[in-house]
Amino acid sequence: MFFLSHIWLIPLLPAFGAAIMFFFGRKLQKASVSALCVGTIVLAFLMSCGAAWQYSAWSSTPENFHKPYQTILYTWLGTDTGQMNYPMQDGKSAAFQADAGFLLDPLSSIWLLFVTGVGMLIHIYSTGYMAHEGGYYRFFGYLNLFMFSMLTLILANNYVLMFVGWEGVGLCSYLLIGFYFHRKSATDAGNKAFIVNRIGDAGFLLGMFFIAWYFGSLRFTDVNHLAHSGRFAIGDPIITAATLLLFVGACGKSAQIPLYVWLPDAMEGPTPVSALIHAATMVTAGVYMVARSNALFVLAPTSMKTVAIVGALTAIFAASIGLVQNDIKRVLAYSTVSQLGYMFLALGVGAFSAGVFHVFTHAFFKALLFLGAGSVIHAMSGEQDMRNMGALRDRIPITYRTMFIATLAIAGIPPFAGFFSKDEILWQAWTSESVAYHVLWFIGYATALMTAFYMFRLIFLTFYSKPRMSREVEHHIHESPASMTMPLVVLAVMSLFAGFLGFPQSLARLVGIHGQTNRFEAFLDPVFSKEAQVFKAEEPSQLAAGIKEEEKTSGIEYLLMLLSVAAAGLGYYMAGRAYSNADKGYTEPIAAAAPPVYNVLLNKYYVDEGYDYVFTGRRKVGDVRLGVLGLGEASSWFDVHIVDGAVNGAGWITRLTATISSWWDKWIIDGIGVNGPAILARMLSYPARLFEWGLVQWYALVMTAGLVGFVFYYVYH
Amino acid sequence: MESMLHITTLHYLVLGAALFLLGVIGVLTRRNVVIVLMSIELILNAVNLNLVAFSRMSGGLHGQVFAIFVITDAAAEAAVGLGILIAFFRNKETVNIDEVNLLKW
Repeated sequence: MFFLSHIWLIPLLPAFGAAIMFFFGRKLQKASVSALCVGTIVLAFLMSCGAAWQYSAWSSTPENFHKPYQTILYTWLGTDTGQMNYPMQDGKSAAFQADAGFLLDPLSSIWLLFVTGVGMLIHIYSTGYMAHEGGYYRFFGYLNLFMFSMLTLILANNYVLMFVGWEGVGLCSYLLIGFYFHRKSATDAGNKAFIVNRIGDAGFLLGMFFIAWYFGSLRFTDVNHLAHSGRFAIGDPIITAATLLLFVGACGKSAQIPLYVWLPDAMEGPTPVSALIHAATMVTAGVYMVARSNALFVLAPTSMKTVAIVGALTAIFAASIGLVQNDIKRVLAYSTVSQLGYMFLALGVGAFSAGVFHVFTHAFFKALLFLGAGSVIHAMSGEQDMRNMGALRDRIPITYRTMFIATLAIAGIPPFAGFFSKDEILWQAWTSESVAYHVLWFIGYATALMTAFYMFRLIFLTFYSKPRMSREVEHHIHESPASMTMPLVVLAVMSLFAGFLGFPQSLARLVGIHGQTNRFEAFLDPVFSKEAQVFKAEEPSQLAAGIKEEEKTSGIEYLLMLLSVAAAGLGYYMAGRAYSNADKGYTEPIAAAAPPVYNVLLNKYYVDEGYDYVFTGRRKVGDVRLGVLGLGEASSWFDVHIVDGAVNGAGWITRLTATISSWWDKWIIDGIGVNGPAILARMLSYPARLFEWGLVQWYALVMTAGLVGFVFYYVYH
Repeated sequence: MESMLHITTLHYLVLGAALFLLGVIGVLTRRNVVIVLMSIELILNAVNLNLVAFSRMSGGLHGQVFAIFVITDAAAEAAVGLGILIAFFRNKETVNIDEVNLLKW
């Protein structure tokens, strides 16, 4: 059980590579960098194969039957003295514990295998693609750091460690998108990706808090055990809130409406980055998280409906934009958003294993498409606009053939991988709970038609049609080196044969094979089976209709399969009609038929502009600025006018009071109080003063007169 | 022989009154300070006369004793008055009482 017990080595190997790059990368030769960084991933892939093999052996023993394998490296957050206890929703005390623990079960095994496998192929590809670029060691350092984060995310045994990986992949996405940081468009795109991701992370965190508060633990095994115990009613409001918030996080990471806007801009990064992060691995993290929380989602039918509807709408929305884009990478970016919508549609209707199967097949053909596009761009000396390509079929044959295989896969043409996974999703959508879900099937069907159209448009404009490039570019067209074409071939083989892992029973029955042919679904049975039972119990009508587990042959299934293939064929035919002979200055059929529709689609429904108006506030709506910048402006206005106004007002009042006080003092106190009596005294004494003549004899006369008066008074009284 | 005019107390009183009146008029009207002082002496002496007359009339000696006091007092007063006069003269170089008017308003 070496690989199982040392499963923590798998993320640590690329971390080691990243650390070496960080400290010594600048001094190393390109060959050493490649050897080290690619080597760590190759080792990680081999160890993953070993771990998955040993797990299947371990879990088939009777005492470990269908149990996930857990190993805890160390206790990261938590104490055994009860110091990190917190009160739960029902008042009990729960210990907060988040370990550096690793969980291996069928779900994480699948992710582990394709992440390390596709990651390995992309690392090998990058040695060829980035051979002439600067910052070689930085690129591989970031790539290895990304692999470390992604593997931590996948292997985590609790939500908190998964969140660490979640944030790590967001960080690496930012670093890698802004790899050519001298370009402002690249740094802007990196910022956009990180910020929009962060909005989703807020939802993830809040959902995590709800779960911790409600269940008392964040470990997957504990939460799943509690959810399956039947203690919680279906439709529980807290669980609904928690799952909706988790889904917000998934929307941010997996680019669903309304947080998908960062993915097309993320094409500013080098093409291997787009292949790894934005096609095969990081964007599937949201799907992984929802699949991992399937026990919770099943208990919240409202959340499931939301997931399904958002997924379906995103699928058709992104596909419609992809119909008219001219940059080869942007078409693939919108295709990724659309296919992710399919995956969420599958999860939302309860077909978890179908969604995971589509993640699996999509990783191969989407990575192949991106790497092939990188090969085309490499051949075209950096040209990415399809209007300037054409007739490359014979010049870069390996690239052409592998990309054609990938296109057949994504369009859903049997027996390529995409057909089985996409068809399974559409069939599950049709047979879901209520007839209303047929609408979702129809949306998925229309999206499939669009997918086929725009993918074959890409093929025709790039490889067929007339050459539209300049002479100097045409001279330099060459097939890519073996380091780049080898991964293309390997991925093409996988796109061809991976589908057979999930061969539907209905088709197998046609050729007389009975029993479980859908090995994929069987493999994932321990993870999802209980959910299927709970799901069935929610809608009694489903027991009658057509239960997923039991394959009752339904004629409708064959009809839908034929319709899907017909849609793919129709897409091929229409694209061929419009583009197979496209020469310089060709017209788009949509532009010719309905120019306003074309403009809206070309401008991506003006969503980015709308966000500029409403959420960021980079553009004003009339005179008012909304959004975050508007909030800043409003706060500044408040500060300048109201807060400072209050301060200034206080000063003004003080001055006013001082003025009044000084007037009072000068005129009233001094004037009336002090000078008044003086003036009064002077006024009153004026007459009295007149008597003072200073003549002595006059005084004597007055005295005498007084004396005579007295005498007369006494004599005659 | 029998005199035709009996000198009664009334005659002394009238004389005293006349001298008093002269003295008062002198105080009120004379310009020279020395004359004013002499008039004041005259008033005092008139009062002495009155006192002696009444003493004779009543047969007691009270009036005469009081008159001795008045004479003493008049002497002292004259001395003080002359002192003031000399101080005044030193200041103003004149003995006109009209010019003692510094306390005018």
